[in-house]
Amino acid sequence: MSRTMISVPKTAKRGDVLEIKAMIQHKMETGHRVDSKGVPIPRDIVHRFVCTYGGVEVFAADLFPAMSANPFIAFTTVALESGTLQFAWTDDQGRTETASAEIAVE
Amino acid sequence: MNARRVPSNAGLDRRGFLAAGTGLLVIALARPAIAARPSLEEAMRTFAGGAEIQTGRVILDIPPLVEDGNAVGVTVAVESPMTEAEHVKRIALINQKNPQADVAVFHLGPRAGRGWVSTRIRLATSQTVVAVAELSDGTFWSAQSEVFVTLAACIEDLE
Repeated sequence: MSRTMISVPKTAKRGDVLEIKAMIQHKMETGHRVDSKGVPIPRDIVHRFVCTYGGVEVFAADLFPAMSANPFIAFTTVALESGTLQFAWTDDQGRTETASAEIAVE
Repeated sequence: MNARRVPSNAGLDRRGFLAAGTGLLVIALARPAIAARPSLEEAMRTFAGGAEIQTGRVILDIPPLVEDGNAVGVTVAVESPMTEAEHVKRIALINQKNPQADVAVFHLGPRAGRGWVSTRIRLATSQTVVAVAELSDGTFWSAQSEVFVTLAACIEDLE
């Protein structure tokens, strides 16, 4: 679907609160625009973002057309264990884009 | 004997009605949604499921004046220990004057560590933006900010 960019610390101490940044390239077509012929352009946005950490959902977002194009979300999560953070963005067409990052927690 | 096929009135009426109904449906779907949207207060009430929303505990950080309504940076911070016993469950961003009231709903929980989220939103015009936080004890808290927007988003074709 699109390029994704995530920022996750590579290492952390157990209990640290990590700041995570996630962005995906997406037009986020609102459904309110019309083309040059006056035909409405259908809505097509990323409507769901989920982050899992070691397989457990730690953050999620329901997104609406008022989110900017190339939606950017920054959030926090507690460094509990070494493992994989997985990110998934789902759009109105049912397409899902994923990304992941490893973190080493001591 | 003349065998004439006479369509029954009932059949014609039903067919006619279905055709007209389908036509109306197509027209309704083709028209862009300019129907009335809920007010800011109504949208907040819907999010809170009718529970009382108190002011406080939420800091909504959004610029009071923006040049471009297409990418307005917003940060929400909620006072909370973020423990299993006491944490932020959801944070909603709601607007006053865009075509639709909802902007986003963020789902947090004790693993978040902080009741904090930052994002970028579209504002169609100068308006009030509200952040509502749902806490694990069932209470709702909010903060609001006025934003003056020079260049509208959502309804203008900028490309």
